Amino acid sequence: MYKDSSRFKSFSRRVAFLGGGKVLLFSLLAGRMYQLQVVESDKYKMLADENRINLRLLPPPRGSIVDRYGRALAVNQENYRVTLIAEQVRDIDTMLDTLSGIITLEDYERQRILREVRRRRRFVPVTVRENLDWRDVSRIEVNAPDLPGLSIEVGQSRQYPFAEDFAHVLGYVAAVSEKEITGDPLLELPGFKIGKNGVERVFDLNLRGKAGNTKVEVNAVGRIIRELSRQEGQPGADLRLTIDCDLQKLASDRLKGEKSASAAVIDVINGDVLALSSVPGYDPNEFVTGLSSKSWRRLINDPYAPLTNKAISGLYAPGSTFKMVVALAALEARIVAPDHRVFCRGHTELGSARFHCWKSHGHGWQDMYDAHQNSCDVYFYDVAKRVGVDRIAEMAKRLGLGAKTGIDLPSEKVGTIPTRAWKKALIGTPWQQGETLISGIGQGFVLTTPLQLAVMTARIANGGKAVTPRLIRPTDKDGKEVEPVFNELGISKRSLAVVREGMNRVTNVWPGTAYQARIPDQGMEMSGKTGTAQVRRISKAERDTRVLKNHERPWRERDHSLFVGFAPSDNPLYAVAVVVEHGGNGSKVAAPIARDLLLKTQRRASANREVASAGAKVSAKRKGT
Amino acid sequence: MSMRGLAPSKPLSIGRKVLQINWGLVLLITLTAAIGIAMLYSAANGSWDPWATRQIVRYGVGLFILFTVALVDIRFWRSYAYLIYGILLVMLVAVEVVGSVGMGAQRWINLGVIKLQPSELMKVGIVLALARYFHSVSAENVRRLPYLFAPILMIGAPSALVLKQPDLGTALFLIMTGAAVFFAAGVRLWKFGLVFAAAGAAVPIAWSMLLPYQQKRIFTFLDPETDPLGAGYNILQSKIALGSGGLFGKGFMQGSQSHLNFLPEKQTDFIFTMLAEEFGMVGGLVLLGLYTLIMFYGYAISLRSRNHFGRLLAMGITCVLFIYVFINIAMVMGLIPVVGVPLPLISYGGTAMLTLMIGMGFLIGTYIHRDVTIPRHGGGI
Repeated sequence: MYKDSSRFKSFSRRVAFLGGGKVLLFSLLAGRMYQLQVVESDKYKMLADENRINLRLLPPPRGSIVDRYGRALAVNQENYRVTLIAEQVRDIDTMLDTLSGIITLEDYERQRILREVRRRRRFVPVTVRENLDWRDVSRIEVNAPDLPGLSIEVGQSRQYPFAEDFAHVLGYVAAVSEKEITGDPLLELPGFKIGKNGVERVFDLNLRGKAGNTKVEVNAVGRIIRELSRQEGQPGADLRLTIDCDLQKLASDRLKGEKSASAAVIDVINGDVLALSSVPGYDPNEFVTGLSSKSWRRLINDPYAPLTNKAISGLYAPGSTFKMVVALAALEARIVAPDHRVFCRGHTELGSARFHCWKSHGHGWQDMYDAHQNSCDVYFYDVAKRVGVDRIAEMAKRLGLGAKTGIDLPSEKVGTIPTRAWKKALIGTPWQQGETLISGIGQGFVLTTPLQLAVMTARIANGGKAVTPRLIRPTDKDGKEVEPVFNELGISKRSLAVVREGMNRVTNVWPGTAYQARIPDQGMEMSGKTGTAQVRRISKAERDTRVLKNHERPWRERDHSLFVGFAPSDNPLYAVAVVVEHGGNGSKVAAPIARDLLLKTQRRASANREVASAGAKVSAKRKGT
Repeated sequence: MSMRGLAPSKPLSIGRKVLQINWGLVLLITLTAAIGIAMLYSAANGSWDPWATRQIVRYGVGLFILFTVALVDIRFWRSYAYLIYGILLVMLVAVEVVGSVGMGAQRWINLGVIKLQPSELMKVGIVLALARYFHSVSAENVRRLPYLFAPILMIGAPSALVLKQPDLGTALFLIMTGAAVFFAAGVRLWKFGLVFAAAGAAVPIAWSMLLPYQQKRIFTFLDPETDPLGAGYNILQSKIALGSGGLFGKGFMQGSQSHLNFLPEKQTDFIFTMLAEEFGMVGGLVLLGLYTLIMFYGYAISLRSRNHFGRLLAMGITCVLFIYVFINIAMVMGLIPVVGVPLPLISYGGTAMLTLMIGMGFLIGTYIHRDVTIPRHGGGI
């Protein structure tokens, strides 16, 4: 018993030690709890909130684009898309196999999906397919239990109801490319689209709007658990174009009769572009959903260049439509008077070179009015020779040629208005007088765009004001439209009247070159000028036997058919330019199209006036009852 | 031999034993387990599945085992202490063999109903074996070095096997448990100093034997913020959860860190963090208080026992409970490296629950048989 009691004594002493140690260590734990949960609690509370709260961007709805009367040209449409969250899928390949039994998945789609899954974080949704129709949506929903990780989301996609008729004006939106990322987080949002061409591109920032944001609670893998607060963004501003949808459609329809053509109709007073069409076009809707490489190759390789907006990027020798420039240069320089007469034998000589008129038998005696009416080349050879190329170029520049019109569209071309200095600098050889003659009939180095020709015509028609074309009416701070003020070009009214009378005779006096395409309606008469631009050199041999007719030549060698005009003749309001590539004679092809456009423009204008007054009557009546 | 005559043990009937059961202690254990079940319910976002229901079943089975262990005569346990220890050692070897065949670290034996972790049970087994050993050694002999070789081997063999699994945490756990019993048994203090010195010298060798992931854990412990998304993630998120809980917590099932899955292993090793996030420092201290009360019972039972085996057994079990609690809580609060020790009676896990309930069974058994005297050598029933 003694031994055990001594052992018990030692044991109880040791136990007391152990107990003391435990109390000490438990106090340490309690102290640590106090440190973490009381002293440093605020710091950890903040860290916990940082953990769980995530700021997410809310993409603003893109502004819609309407025509001058408010008809929708570009709108947002509800769009059902199916997305995949990689981390919720056991095996992506198997899942895609199952899915392709429900909706057909192309190989290239599959590769894109797998590529995106690899690139993005495992919990970020990857778009599998956009623009699902109702049938596909319901089939996926029914099969949802077999497709974990897939979900249907509603988004907005851009839609262009008029498809190719507005393709070159509106452009299109498409996914942001690496180069376009500016640091705006909105651009890095998956599926966000920006304007890539046309008005969509130029006014992208206005249409885009401002992103809102939402504070969401997320879990450790980033999945949203619930929304804590939301700040709505600012939707993109709507854009009203100066284009008249019906007129644009008419232009497009009429031009579609040709292989490759473009046209512009503008208001000569304020520069409103009422129609701007280039044919063939493309369907911008295809770009929104993502173009297949096959479609892309087809567009790129199309010989009629559907992707090019020829109205602003197509460069053409203006041909005889340039003759007004030569006439004005001569009149303003007082080198010739309107009654200056030249005898046309069908050709003229300069040194040993012979310059032909389009009419091989010649026009006989021509004054300035006759020369416009008959488009006599010999007359303008003579005048051009007298005026000189530099003065012609100076007048061309004043009328808006050889410079960008400044229209709100990308990739507008400048064109070429040659001068002596220009040739010396660019080609290095001195200017030849023969080249002045060629320039005098709008051939040779002279290159213009159809829109430039429309602007030139508008400036002649409006009495010499430096009108510039516009697609959008600028507004002041209060949203009121600002009427533009255009400078005088300093061309005398007398000279302009001479040229306008020449143009009047082209269409309205027999045998004017476009008499067949005149507008007979009183008060709506059109004045204009035809142009037939040669695209090949006619050899001496061919000329000696017989110059081949346009329809006898291959398409690429046929003449470009041009027409510029304005209406009404006595009080011009609208100007038009039509260029049909390789269309042949200007009076036969381009002039009738121009006539139809100007006629429709004027009819719509008067119809709208009537509608406006009828509407006023109706509302007055309503008030009465 | 003379003691048998001096203090003949009166046999106790089962009915009397049941009356002797320390019901206060049973209540404390049940209360602690209930807190655990509530936390598991919260960990599953307010669902009895998958953890809470199964933990209730385990607790029920554990309680049955507790009573069985407690009611069996303490002399029986003393007699079979080495055998039980031996069986556990064999199981550890078996795990090692299965693990090497299965190409990887294996810590459990699949018994069909339960995946048994012998290393966990060994925590109690080692106490049992050492209690029997030191019960037989006189107070004088305990001070003599040769008498320490056998018990050191008893600690060393399972520790080495566990370390080889590799499970550094449990190996250290076993060594600490053994050391506690050594200390209680009266081994002289300078010998501990010697062991510490030897251990200090062995640190570089041990370090080179550690696997890269174990080394990384220690580095991470030393500076968790250097790698917030990698190895330090767990401990950092645990500290954020604890700290953001504050004094009174975010409320039951309201812990954002736990419920948004920032907190790893919230149903097992990091369950204390979840409790402290949802119930704050107050909740944490209440749980510490419960453990302290259980240990207080352990001390009382140990000191009240009239046989040395019971004293050492009760003290050892109390130390096992303490080591569990301290390592787990210190670990989740970033005081020591993450070693994978569950919170007793709370964490989800079958073997740990079983181990604890067996241990508590020994504690209550010691109390029931507190007046039984056992001779130094032999004896029993």
